Amino acid sequence: MAETTTERDTTGTEPTDAAPASPWSRRVERLAVGSVPRSAINLNVDGRRLVGPVQGFGRLWQKRYRIRLDGVDVDPAEVIRTWKSEFASFWPRGNRFYGPITAIAPGEVALLNLAMPGRQTLSTGVMVIYADDESFTFMTPEGHMFASWITFSALAEGPATVVSIEVLLRANDPFYELTMALGGHRMENEFWQTTLRNLAARFGVTAEPTLEQTCVDRRRQWRNARNIRHNAAIRTGLYVISHPWVMFRRRDDEATEGSKA
Amino acid sequence: MTTGSMTADVRTLGPGVSAIGIHGDVTGATENALMDAYGDATRAGAKAIVLDFSGLDYMNSGGIGLLVTLLVRAQRAGQRLLATGLSEHYREIFALTRLDEAIELHDSAAAAAAAAT
Repeated sequence: MAETTTERDTTGTEPTDAAPASPWSRRVERLAVGSVPRSAINLNVDGRRLVGPVQGFGRLWQKRYRIRLDGVDVDPAEVIRTWKSEFASFWPRGNRFYGPITAIAPGEVALLNLAMPGRQTLSTGVMVIYADDESFTFMTPEGHMFASWITFSALAEGPATVVSIEVLLRANDPFYELTMALGGHRMENEFWQTTLRNLAARFGVTAEPTLEQTCVDRRRQWRNARNIRHNAAIRTGLYVISHPWVMFRRRDDEATEGSKA
Repeated sequence: MTTGSMTADVRTLGPGVSAIGIHGDVTGATENALMDAYGDATRAGAKAIVLDFSGLDYMNSGGIGLLVTLLVRAQRAGQRLLATGLSEHYREIFALTRLDEAIELHDSAAAAAAAAT
């Protein structure tokens, strides 16, 4: 089971007061993060703009991860309700989702500290741009590995509920595009497949997720190569080099949480 | 053509400009209706395609993803993609998702057709 992020805090953009009837977030020009948990690195979210596949650099991929919850009586709305409220707990070990303390809702911003090879951390974030009873969607900020939309959904398929994660992504810049070719796709696929396994386990189901992936557009958008100036991996690496105590503090916090678990 | 809760019709706005009228809901499940209409417009020789959303009831994030797929196809075919008929709410969503940077928004089909020629 994934490690549960016990240290959560409320983060958010200023205009989080989306109209109650709308599942969509209000438009934001730039992201703003509220208070930040002590162990989180907030380096690449404040002041950043959201980016989708139109603004990305690399090839456009559509990936769909699915898992079937057979043998349990749980409807799609219940799955999504649980997923929204316990989102961080389903992530693979070592990755941190500093989400809103309430639940995933349109307009909320979450900080992410992602585990990278070599015990490195990538500090980035996501914003919830859409959320209804049976799905919710994240959009990524400048500097994230991907310019993407990630949709989490559940639907009834015969007697079972099928849970999906659908990602529409371009690597944000040439550096990330290279890393995708050098194992990044495999890491991404393992990440979301582990998330689905953990979610299924939450409902008492042991199952294997499936993956369909299609390269929708093989062309790279060279006009967006300059996105590299926001590259969160490079910026986080430089930050950690100049603030080495951040990593020690983070490891201490992880050890403390591990001992509580 | 009808798929799920969406229908789409194709009409000619001018030389090389076709409009796809969208009625109902645009979601990930309505891909066939939209892509079939796009195919009809392309076969009719459209160099610019105006998506007319004046009959749109609802669009979810799957529908936005669908528009990106359509945009890629249009760009590959050397076609421009424009849109009209969006309510203020959906204009905001195009701005939020930054789709408006790739799909030109216009106040009317006539204005879109004029911009496309």
